[in-house]
Amino acid sequence: MAQTTRPLSPHLQIYKWQSQMVTSILHRATGIALAVGSLVILWGLVALSMGPDAWASFHAVAASPLGLVLLFAWTWALWFHFINGIRHLYQDAGAGYAISTFIKASWFSIIGSLVITLATWAYVFMGGAA
Amino acid sequence: MIRDLRNPLQRARGLGSAKDGVGHWWTQRLTAIALVVLVLWFVVLVLGLLGHDYQAVRASIARPWNALLMIAFIIAAFWHSVLGLQVVIEDYVHTRWLEVTSMIVIKLLAFAGVLAGVLAVLRIALGS
Repeated sequence: MAQTTRPLSPHLQIYKWQSQMVTSILHRATGIALAVGSLVILWGLVALSMGPDAWASFHAVAASPLGLVLLFAWTWALWFHFINGIRHLYQDAGAGYAISTFIKASWFSIIGSLVITLATWAYVFMGGAA
Repeated sequence: MIRDLRNPLQRARGLGSAKDGVGHWWTQRLTAIALVVLVLWFVVLVLGLLGHDYQAVRASIARPWNALLMIAFIIAAFWHSVLGLQVVIEDYVHTRWLEVTSMIVIKLLAFAGVLAGVLAVLRIALGS
């Protein structure tokens, strides 16, 4: 390990938390979570191809309390990465760099993702499917 | 007066100091744009399948358009994941052998994942 007697540059704990840095951190965190979640989609598809028994095992895990909590978390991760990703594409085009716009767009990613997640699960439960 | 210290050949190649240019960046954006459409399709498909039994779900994925889009979704999602995880690893894993090893593991896992997913969809679509 590196010796840390010399002064180090300031890190996370010294900065005032801002919506822009929160969305940046969350974009990476949700990206990693979604990469892991894609393995669950894979499990579902492979189970579907194997037959009714394999599908029933998959369905039992997905519809269990822990499964539903994870699916809810993944739904939010998906919608956050989705909205914030579109924001990044927009910024990649060189737009939306005014600080006020940046802050507003960050909050839009956070609040928008929560709203769509709740709407998605409201549909799930009101559809009587659970 | 020299305005640019770079070798003209270096500039003509356009590969920059990282030696591989903007390929990673572009592919990450391209797969992102594809996933905007594919994720919407996927969510609508899954929500529509809630509460259906095994046969109905299987029959739905077996439809040509759904099978095609599912394969596109799998490839785009895993490709985008590898590119994203690569950036995270390059930023935070500072031990060289660990960095290289995790990239190799992730790429092989993603490749296996894509193959398994595509084979599963093909089996569902072709009924074998």
